[in-house]
Amino acid sequence: MKAIVCVKQVPDTSGKVAVNENGTLDRASMATITNPDDLAAVEAALRLKDQTGCEVIVVTMGPPPAEGMLRELIARGADRAVLVSGREFGGSDTFATSQILAAAINKIGVEKGDVVFCGRQAIDGDTAQVGPQIAEKLHLPQITYVADVKVEDGVVTAKRMLEDGFMMIQAETPCLLTCVKELNEPRYMSVGGIFECYSKPMDVFDYNALKDDPLIEVDTIGLKGSPTNVFKSFTPPQKGAGTMLEGDDVAAQMAGILAAKHLI
Amino acid sequence: MDFTLSKEQLMVQKMYREFAQNEVKPLAAEVDEQERYPEETVAKMAKLGMMGIYFPKKYGGAGADVLSYAMAVEELSKVCGTTGVIVSAHTSLCAAPIFENGTEEQKMKYLPKLCSGEWVGAFGLTEPGAGTDAQGQQTTAVDMGDYWLLNGSKIFITNAGYANVFIIIAVTGTVVNKKGRKVKEISAFIVERTDEGFSVGKHEKKMGIRGSSTCELIMEDCKIPKDRLLGVKGKGFQVAMKTLDGGRIGIASQALGIAQGALDETVAYVKERKQFGRSIAQFQNTQFELAEMKARVEAARLLVYRAAMKKQAAMEGSKEHYTVEAAEAKLIAARTASDVTRRCLQLFGGYGYTRDYPIERMMRDAKITEIYEGTSEVQMMVISGDLLK
Repeated sequence: MKAIVCVKQVPDTSGKVAVNENGTLDRASMATITNPDDLAAVEAALRLKDQTGCEVIVVTMGPPPAEGMLRELIARGADRAVLVSGREFGGSDTFATSQILAAAINKIGVEKGDVVFCGRQAIDGDTAQVGPQIAEKLHLPQITYVADVKVEDGVVTAKRMLEDGFMMIQAETPCLLTCVKELNEPRYMSVGGIFECYSKPMDVFDYNALKDDPLIEVDTIGLKGSPTNVFKSFTPPQKGAGTMLEGDDVAAQMAGILAAKHLI
Repeated sequence: MDFTLSKEQLMVQKMYREFAQNEVKPLAAEVDEQERYPEETVAKMAKLGMMGIYFPKKYGGAGADVLSYAMAVEELSKVCGTTGVIVSAHTSLCAAPIFENGTEEQKMKYLPKLCSGEWVGAFGLTEPGAGTDAQGQQTTAVDMGDYWLLNGSKIFITNAGYANVFIIIAVTGTVVNKKGRKVKEISAFIVERTDEGFSVGKHEKKMGIRGSSTCELIMEDCKIPKDRLLGVKGKGFQVAMKTLDGGRIGIASQALGIAQGALDETVAYVKERKQFGRSIAQFQNTQFELAEMKARVEAARLLVYRAAMKKQAAMEGSKEHYTVEAAEAKLIAARTASDVTRRCLQLFGGYGYTRDYPIERMMRDAKITEIYEGTSEVQMMVISGDLLK
C-alpha cells in the first residue's frame, strides 16, 4: 500500500509578486512555498501512514531547486521523493503537466490499495485541473474537494466540501483525491526528520526516464503540448475601503446610498 | 572559522521560526501574565524532537548537533524567554550530564524518556548558601550500604514543578585536598520525583521568565538506589561545572534570542509610530540606536555559535574544552540582552512600558540571563582565571 502525493512549489503570494515584461510570473525573484492545498494532501497521506504504515512518496515537477521542497516534505515524514525535471517539460500548462505527472505515477506504479493525493489547486494558477486530469489519464476514480477522509479495507470514504454543503462519497482503491487545506493542520518538520532527510532516496525522472510511456509525446508535453498560453499577468487594482454604516437605521441609510447611486 | 549553516541547520532554523511564530508567540504574554508553565507547548516540542536535539538516535535523541540546539533556544526566546529556558535547562542541565557522565544503563534508562519529552529534567546545585561556591553545599548524601540517604534542600531550581528527573549535587564526605586542607567531597546523583523523601517546595514569584517553574527542592531522608550516583564519587563538582559550561551556551542562546526578538519588535514599531509628522524610524537617533544594537546582537551571535560549535567538536572527540568560549558567549550575550531590551523599550516610549506590548516582558526576561547559571561576574572570573593562569 502506497500513498503518492503530487505537490507543487509555488511563489509565496503573501510576499511580493513580481511579473516579467512578457506578462509571465518572475518566479526566480519570489520566495517559494509548498502549495497550501498540497500540504494538506501530504498531511492526509502522512496520517494514513500513521494508521497503516503505508509508504508515502512525494512527487513534484519542477526545476532542480524543487529538491529543497521535497527534502522538507521528507523531513515532515515522507519516505521518498520523485523529482520530475527536464528541459522538455518546461512551459507545460495543466494538460501537459498532467500528462507528465501521470506518466511519472505510472512509473512509480499504482496498485490496488494505493491512493494518489493531490491538492485541490495551486495558489499561482488556481485552475484545479491537474489533479482531475491525472485521474482521467490514469483511469482512476477521483474524489475532489476532500475535507475529510478515511481509508478502510481498500475503500476510501471522503467528505467533499461543496459551496452549499458536504457530500459523502466512497471509491475503491486505487483512486485519486484532491484535498482542500481545510482538511487538516499540516505537521511541522521534526528535528530528527530534518537531519535524516538528505539520506532518504530521491529519484529524478527526466525526459528519458518517462519517454516510453504512451502519454509522453513531443506534442503532449512542454510548451508545444500546451493548449493554453498565458496572454497577460497583472496584479488587480486594489478595491477602495468599504464604508461602515453605524446606528439603528443602517437599512435606511443603505437604501438612501443605493438610491442616490440610482441602483434601486 | 566557517559560520555557514548546513542545509539541515537552515531547515531546522526555518522549522523553529515557524513553530515559534505559530505556537509559542501567541501564548507568550499569557504565560507571563499568569505565571503559567506552558505544558502544551512542551508536549508539542517533544513531538518534534526539540527536547533531545543533539543526542544520538540510539538514546532517543534527534541526532542533530549542538548549534541546532542553540538555535532552537534562540528562536524560542525571540518570542518567549520562558519557553527558551525550559528547553535549555532540560537539555543542558539534565540530559547532557547524564549523557556525558552516565553509565550505559543510566543513559538507556533516562535519555529516551528525556529526549521524547515524556520526562522533563532539572538540575539542583544552588542552595541558600551555595551555588558556584561548592564548599558552601549543605545537602548531604550518606552511603547506607544498599542505598544513598539524601538530606537538604535546593533553591531556584528551573523546571522543578514539572520535572521528573533531577541531577542533585550533594556532599558525600570530607577529603584532604592538595594543600593539605580538609574540604567537602562533592558528588552528583540522579533523583526521581517519585523517590521516597523527595518533594518540591515553594514556587518562586519572579521578575521575568515568569512561566518557568522555579521552585525549592526538599530532601528529607530521601532514599535512592546505589546506582543513582552520576559519575565518580567525589567528582560531583567537576560534573556540575562541566554541566554549567554547556548550560551557559543554552542561556547565552536564550539571551541572544531575547535581544534579537526585542530588536525585531522595535524595527516593526518604529516604522509604524509617528511623531512630529513622520515615522520615528526617520529620526537619526532611532537609526543609530538600531544600528548599534544590530551590530551588538550579531557580535553576540558569533560568540554563541562559536561556543556551540566548540562543544560540538568536543562531543566529536576534540580534546579542547569550551569553558572559556561558553563564559564569553554568556557574558556578552546576557549583557547585550539587558542593554538592547532597555534601549528598545526607550524607543517604544510610554507604550513600551505598558503590558500591551511585549517589550517590557523582554526587558524583564533579559535580566535573569546575567544572573543564573553563573552571574556575569562569575563568567569574568572564569575568563580571567584562564587568562592569568
